[in-house]
Amino acid sequence: MSIPTHLKYSKSHEWVKSEADGTVTVGITHHAQELLGDMVFIELPEVGRVLKQKEECAVAESVKAAADVYSPISGEVTAVNSPLVDEPGKINEDAYSAWLFKLKPSNTAELDGLMDATAYNELVENEDH
Amino acid sequence: MLKMTPLNQAHRDMNAKMVDFGGWDMPLHYGSQLDEHHKVRQDAGMFDVSHMLPVDIKGDNVRDFLRRLVANNVDKLTLPGKALYSCMLTPQAGIIDDLIIYFLSETWFRIVVNAGTADKDVAWMLKKRDEWAPNLEITPRRDLAMIAVQGPNARAKVWQVIPNSQSATEELKQFQSAVIGQYFIARTGYTGEDGFEIILPAADAPAFWKSLYAAGVAPAGLGARDTLRLEAGMNLYGQDMDETKNPLESGLSWTVDLKSERDFIGKQILSDTVVTHQLVGLVLVDRGVLRSHQLVVGQKDGVEYSGEITSGGFSPTMNQSIALARIPAQITIGDEVDVIVRDKKLRAKVVKYPFVRNGKVLV
Repeated sequence: MSIPTHLKYSKSHEWVKSEADGTVTVGITHHAQELLGDMVFIELPEVGRVLKQKEECAVAESVKAAADVYSPISGEVTAVNSPLVDEPGKINEDAYSAWLFKLKPSNTAELDGLMDATAYNELVENEDH
Repeated sequence: MLKMTPLNQAHRDMNAKMVDFGGWDMPLHYGSQLDEHHKVRQDAGMFDVSHMLPVDIKGDNVRDFLRRLVANNVDKLTLPGKALYSCMLTPQAGIIDDLIIYFLSETWFRIVVNAGTADKDVAWMLKKRDEWAPNLEITPRRDLAMIAVQGPNARAKVWQVIPNSQSATEELKQFQSAVIGQYFIARTGYTGEDGFEIILPAADAPAFWKSLYAAGVAPAGLGARDTLRLEAGMNLYGQDMDETKNPLESGLSWTVDLKSERDFIGKQILSDTVVTHQLVGLVLVDRGVLRSHQLVVGQKDGVEYSGEITSGGFSPTMNQSIALARIPAQITIGDEVDVIVRDKKLRAKVVKYPFVRNGKVLV
């Protein structure tokens, strides 16, 4: 699966999409869902919660293991994908459309520190060997 | 260098995600372990269990040897082909392994043991053979492969692929087996569904596997094997019990025969033991996933207690988290407990397992 070039990535396998209204949408990558396997449970942060970059803010549980999701940038949670809680398998089906939460960034400079598709691809390749 | 079963290439050809399972290169799943789980409960799936080991014991008085060796009573095996599930114990009544013994004739019994304990089990059997019955032949059968075909339609699929096995196996009840040419077919399994476990020469396994696939049997990996056996309330050695645990605190009292006169290894300690713990089922009331080693806490009659989850996971059939847990003996079915899950206390209910059998939820 090719890594979408319009997204940015964190070292802990979250993807970030910059929206037109200045918010960002966050999910976990295809590579992450492949490592975890079939998803069975998602815990999302509360709307209004203020997060620091790299703070644990959600949990993605597969049959195999529980994985913490880390906020890729600092900001306030403006929305969460509640329907995903009843259908966690959507993450396995299409990790890049099964978003977890949206943030209003408090420091847009942090976005520049995230990886682009090429850099993330290198990270994934190095992990597999 | 990982060990490989005769079906290793077949798994790779079917796009299996391979993992290191106790030193064996095994398929975790072939795409979705949830799909594979449902396929077994609803139709038919097949597992490569060739990492497990059949051990043949032959000679003049195998029965006497086994009477002493294992905790269950092989005298229950009178019909050729009948099988018995038992634990093999240390002198301290700790569980060396759980296994199935097939009575084929008075001069031939076959025991199937777990992969992870195979070397230990065989060494122990040989030691006891040398001490008690030096004339017996004990042969680990690494020349054989083993495939478990499980599900409501499993047996029909097997008969489709090997039609000349049907007349010999159609009348087999649960825990009975038959030998048909090169095939050893037992109506046993580790899923809580109907089906056959088939032992055959290693060289024949890939073609047989592919024929079953062509007949519509879905390959299923270790991931599904674990969710199925947990729903079925079946112990996993190394997780639900080990050498530090005896059968009575592992939900396996029903596999121990203390009534007959025969002496067996571990009998004395077991007879004198005061049971302080039990293995129970847990169903998580809150949302989340129970996992091995999580702490179980609660209060009974004003006294605080704690226990531990031995096997935890997600039940695809129930769409809920379930677990087996070792908790103090005074807790009863229906009681509620708390489980510490990542620093939170989640509520769970104590249930009698199995959770699911023959496609039906029982709790």
